[in-house]
Amino acid sequence: MSAILPPEDRVWWKQPLDRVEGTWVVIALIWCLIMFFMMPYWHVFGKQNLANEAYRTTPEVYMKKAQDMVDKFTVRTETDQKIPVVAPPAGSDVYLVARLWSWWPILELEAGKSYRIHLMSMDWLHGFSLQPENINIQVHPGYDHVLTVQPTRAGTYSIICNEYCGINHHTMSSKLYVK
Amino acid sequence: MAVNRMFRTCPSTGLLFHEPAEKLMKAHAVAAVVSLLVGGILALGVTLTRWQAVHLLSPDWFYLFLTAHGVDMLVLWIIFFEIAILYFASSTLLRCRLATPGLAWVGFWLMILGAIMNNYAIFSGTSSVMFTSYAPMGAHPAFYLGLILFAVGALIGCFVFLGTLVVAKAERTYNGSIPLVTFGAVTACIIAVFTIASGAIILIPTFLWSVGLVEHIDSLMYRTVWWGFGHSSQQINVAAHVSVWYAIAAIVFGAKPMSEKVSRGAFLLYILFLQLASAHHLLADPGLTSNWKIFNTSYAMYLAVLASMVHGLTVPGAIEVAQREKGYNRGLFEWLRKAPWGNPVFAGMFISLIGFGFLGGISGVMMGTEQLNLIIHNTIYVPGHFHATVVVGTTLAFMSLTYFLIPVLFRRKMLFPKLAQWQPYLFGLGMSAFALFMMGAGTLGVPRRHWDISFAGNAMPYEFPGAAWLMMALTALAGLAAVVGGAIYLLITVGSVFFAPRVDVPDFKHVRAAEGIAPAPAPVAAAIAAHHPNVGMAGFVAPGTLVLAMVFLISFILYYFVNWKYLSTVWPLS
Ligand code: HEM
Ligand SMILES: [Cu+2]
Ligand SMILES: [Cu+2]
Repeated sequence: MSAILPPEDRVWWKQPLDRVEGTWVVIALIWCLIMFFMMPYWHVFGKQNLANEAYRTTPEVYMKKAQDMVDKFTVRTETDQKIPVVAPPAGSDVYLVARLWSWWPILELEAGKSYRIHLMSMDWLHGFSLQPENINIQVHPGYDHVLTVQPTRAGTYSIICNEYCGINHHTMSSKLYVK
Repeated sequence: MAVNRMFRTCPSTGLLFHEPAEKLMKAHAVAAVVSLLVGGILALGVTLTRWQAVHLLSPDWFYLFLTAHGVDMLVLWIIFFEIAILYFASSTLLRCRLATPGLAWVGFWLMILGAIMNNYAIFSGTSSVMFTSYAPMGAHPAFYLGLILFAVGALIGCFVFLGTLVVAKAERTYNGSIPLVTFGAVTACIIAVFTIASGAIILIPTFLWSVGLVEHIDSLMYRTVWWGFGHSSQQINVAAHVSVWYAIAAIVFGAKPMSEKVSRGAFLLYILFLQLASAHHLLADPGLTSNWKIFNTSYAMYLAVLASMVHGLTVPGAIEVAQREKGYNRGLFEWLRKAPWGNPVFAGMFISLIGFGFLGGISGVMMGTEQLNLIIHNTIYVPGHFHATVVVGTTLAFMSLTYFLIPVLFRRKMLFPKLAQWQPYLFGLGMSAFALFMMGAGTLGVPRRHWDISFAGNAMPYEFPGAAWLMMALTALAGLAAVVGGAIYLLITVGSVFFAPRVDVPDFKHVRAAEGIAPAPAPVAAAIAAHHPNVGMAGFVAPGTLVLAMVFLISFILYYFVNWKYLSTVWPLS
């Protein structure tokens, strides 16, 4: 008779569908299908997708690539810790190192050009969070994740960490310049 | 060993309680409420710290509190309560003795032991790793071992539940099929077994790693399997609180499901289509292909979403039909206006339904879309979303059920009935606002699990816009309202259960049931076609609910596409 008692009709599965329910199930299903097709649609026609290009590697190998880039393209250093500011050429591979508790080095990019930005952690999980653009990507140790990024507007951006990475998680922030 | 076959009949509801089952339900409910109390105190500390103007705790205490809040709320409070629900939905609703009460007690004590062990590890300060404990960040071995013991205890509870179904069938304590609410509990239980298996697959190696027996835990593997556990357990919660919605609709209104077929079919979708829904936690992770992400979020999630959308209609629809049959048949919404808004059992359930659908549901589907995830991943939008699902949805539904259980299960008068009337509004609306403001802050990029968004003393601070600060302050204020609502709930439940006068029934007695107790066979339903004969409008039995559902759909569509629009303005990525 009610939801806390066994169904009244022993053959409840033959009970006809109510019109309200029938209508809603059809509408809801169509909406779910639309939402499904939006994802492949955006891969074809949208501009913000992850290519999911990633390579397994080790911190040593990754760090060496980052160091080579820094050696070649550093334009100045900033802060007391003399963090290098790197201005790599458009289209090149740009290595950003995430580690407890800093991003290294500082990047300086050009608006309208695209770059292959690599993200990897040297230790625990970190979260790449570009503000105020609000692009957020998980950073793993051992996975070199490549994003092809095209900054649109000039300005000074921040990269903060938004994956909890221990006691100084909230101090992990850096800059990104777009000229 | 002699089987205890003593039952008691609840004089006001006619429900039949098996003695050992009753004791077990009480024990689990009390353990749940104690966890909620601890988790609530922690919530207060966390909330007052994220309110930058107050910034109560130091970073080490903040991260410790946050870890404990996650575990004590999401794991302990919810799962203790769910085991009580499983016993209620099997033993009580099927009028059957609980299978192996002794084993059920073993399960209970394992859960208690695990809970204490895990909390000990957290409060000793060695395990501030958040409840997700993402490797390679390591916690104290007792942290993992506690969770494992807790999970084993819960698994035992699941098997006792399934065993009880078998006993009920064998002893013929009911006729025909199990009730819909029990069916929902079966759904929750099956998902729970799968979930705990995933939990074991990831937590056991991690435990071994923490004591040095395993060399390496891959971070991506960890997240993939962990969320097989973490997300599916949310599906348990959904199945459980949807069952509670149906139960409350039946208890308060005598509502019957609009059609058993649709409601049961929707529960079935939960079982069939959630397994890889963990994928939507990995949308911003490297090393997985888009095909994998799209396939696993959509086949697994959108059909589960469909199921929730169906329940979201059929629960109020059933209430509407019951109300219309009672004579509240005028216009679109007389049934809703004349609903017992002063009864906390109903008010809480209805706020839970609306809040879960509008806030939790819509935001969850938005976040679970592969590309849209980029603009909210790990921001405070995420806790905003799940406080709408697991707090407004699950927790509030459980609270409402408690108001029913105090007289029926605990046989106590409810203290402070006037306060109880307000509690669902204060807690439900406070929490809804809390969730909304968090989502607002998340849209502005505020990170979750973050001690200081002012980046004080940092060489390269980021200055969040004023609106983000405002959102965080409003979040805290709404959170405080919800904390007060939670405290009132605790006051009422603890006060009533331990200090209120007993509900005395003159001719009360325990009855002995030889072979279970079968109700008289239900009359053969002659009126399959003449279902709900003359209620409703324009050929729809529940037109008001359909209108509400359309409002929901339109909000959903608008919000969904607004976010695509927003995504289209961020830097091109490929
Ligand atoms: C009045 C009640 C509550 C308040 C004010 C509250 C407040 C908060 C706050 C401020 C956070 C921190 C967000 C962050 O910094 O990332 C949080 C996290 C969380 N809350 Fe609550 N909460 C409440 C109730 C609950 C309940 C009932 C549950 C579960 C059933 C719950 C589950 C969680 C979880 C799982 C987290 C995430 C912890 C993490 O990120 O590891 N909360 N809560
Ligand atoms: Cu970090
Ligand atoms: Cu971090």
